[in-house]
Amino acid sequence: MWDYTDTVKDHFRNPRNVGEIENPDCVGEVGSLACGDALKLTIRLGEGERIADAKFLTFGCASAIASSSALTEIVKGMTLAEAEKVTNQDIADYLGELPEQKMHCSVMGREALEAAIRNYRTGSTEKVGLEGRVVCTCFGVTETEIERVVRENDLSEIEQVTNYCKAGGGCGACRSEIQKIVDRVRGASEQPRTAPRPARMTNIQKIKLIEETIDREIRPSLVKDGGDIELIDVEGDRVLVSPRGTCSTCPASPITLKDLVEAKLREFVSEELRVEEVKA
Amino acid sequence: MKTIYLDNNATTRTDDEVLDAMRPYFSDLYGNPSSMHAFGGQVAHAVARAREQVAALIHCSPSEIFFTSCGTESDNTAIHSTLEAYPERRHIVTTRVEHPAVRVTCRHFQSRHGYRLSELPVDSQGRLSLDLLEQTVDDDTAIVSIMHANNETGVVFPIERIAQIVKSHGGVFHTDAVQTAGKIPIDLRRTPIDLMSISGHKIHAPKGIGVLYVRHGTHLPPFIMGGHQEQGKRAGTENVPHIVGLGKACELALRHLDEENTRVRALRDRLREGLMARCMDPYINGDPDSCLPNTLNISFEFVEGEAILLHMDAFGIAASSGSACTSGALEPSHVLRAMGVPFTRAHGSIRFSLSRYTTQDEIDYVIEKTPPIIEKLRRMSPFGRKPEMSTKT
Repeated sequence: MWDYTDTVKDHFRNPRNVGEIENPDCVGEVGSLACGDALKLTIRLGEGERIADAKFLTFGCASAIASSSALTEIVKGMTLAEAEKVTNQDIADYLGELPEQKMHCSVMGREALEAAIRNYRTGSTEKVGLEGRVVCTCFGVTETEIERVVRENDLSEIEQVTNYCKAGGGCGACRSEIQKIVDRVRGASEQPRTAPRPARMTNIQKIKLIEETIDREIRPSLVKDGGDIELIDVEGDRVLVSPRGTCSTCPASPITLKDLVEAKLREFVSEELRVEEVKA
Repeated sequence: MKTIYLDNNATTRTDDEVLDAMRPYFSDLYGNPSSMHAFGGQVAHAVARAREQVAALIHCSPSEIFFTSCGTESDNTAIHSTLEAYPERRHIVTTRVEHPAVRVTCRHFQSRHGYRLSELPVDSQGRLSLDLLEQTVDDDTAIVSIMHANNETGVVFPIERIAQIVKSHGGVFHTDAVQTAGKIPIDLRRTPIDLMSISGHKIHAPKGIGVLYVRHGTHLPPFIMGGHQEQGKRAGTENVPHIVGLGKACELALRHLDEENTRVRALRDRLREGLMARCMDPYINGDPDSCLPNTLNISFEFVEGEAILLHMDAFGIAASSGSACTSGALEPSHVLRAMGVPFTRAHGSIRFSLSRYTTQDEIDYVIEKTPPIIEKLRRMSPFGRKPEMSTKT
């Protein structure tokens, strides 16, 4: 018996927005009977490409039905531009969570949404994931789709890839190829990022880049130890910061500022920067 | 809410009489049957009596009964020990529809120990070709392991004729009778079966007890070493309460064997006819002419099994499905696929398995509750709505 959350059970037993919109503006159809699940999403747009109504028809298990119901609830009221950013994780989060083996149901939801948006923009009814080379012939999953679920869900094991998009879940002949894709995608994301530094920055650009660098490169390692850092001001090349949490009492704080904060900001923003501590 | 339990091929309720028979052997009669004193000796008598009760159900000698921990242990042992006994024979024959306890074990010997493995196909109704079996078994065949009845479809294989074919080539014949013992008659005096597996919890004994029948004269090396129990073949102090329970369960099964094939069969037929008449696009999986009296495997096209089961669960109805989604696998049941059942039907397959506890009221309740579930899911399905794909409306 699956350990479904109450939200999953509720959306399975009382699914929202079941049906098919007549003369819809967007139609997205993914999956097949043979695959064990399929979803047809129809959308009616209002003013400013805002989703006025969304309905679904789904063949599949409880989590496929619940994911479809959740998808329609999430996107109603969004503009297409907003809907484009919805991920499979958003669907899973809306439902509380899905069992790992059922994550492919949330991916199916995201695929149907993409197909629908693409249908509206281009008139195409082709499944989005079908671009590129088919890796898993049992379930018709392409390299592009595998790369995408690995990247978006930070997957590292073949079994996870199977849980998220079914690839490798049939005869298993493509498993070694899936491993290569996983290694490649992860290898690319784990390489140190080199900063795309604009030659000349306005002050606003510089502050924005400093903030981004703190968020991405510095804060995570401080938070791990219970600390944090706040950007107070930027005056020319002087970056004024204030330690927070355990950092504010840590005797090694000056070293952290030089070795971590200043080093990272110099690497990613500008060689000229100097970091100074201010007591807030 | 009352549970309508129609999943008896998965496990059964322990009979009250079985539990009563077992109870003294926990804290009153807890002696070791191997002890010299009378306190242990009386327990040895209880174990001996249980062995006789099991033997009576399948018409063999009590000394041919070896108690194990479960059906899976019995299956594993039959294959492992036979291959050890006949190292010069390098061929294994089984079917594509076996329980994993047999299928996975045979494949292990193929992939890890280089055995030749023949997995016999079945036709669309789940039947074996005996001609093909005849052509497949040869003088290199060490063991043929073919189940008596399939756990998913209930299809019963003609093991009498299969046993004769195997014996004409000198191989060992093992059958997994976990689904048939106590449901249909088994007479080992008339059928040259060498090894047979039985599981307690499928016949109203508790979980954790099984039997391997070993015909006199069958060469089978010890499978658990380090003690004289079970004629030195399966060492370890006996699981006395469960052995006593299994003995009682076999006695009761023998007593209810007629009922199983009359009253239970009639209820199963009533369920089949009721669902066939009231549900959209139903299909029977299996061979109605050769089927366990308690089993119904039925597919509902264009809907998915897990969704059906969970809606049934809300009404207290417990059944199972060959759908991929129920197991966490992505492909549906290997049994239905071996039969060539289209994926569309395999995903929507439901197995109902009855027992002597099943009542007509329960069956009528299921016949009443199931059709609206199928309709509800069909309305939600992108395929179920297309009228051209539906044969009934």
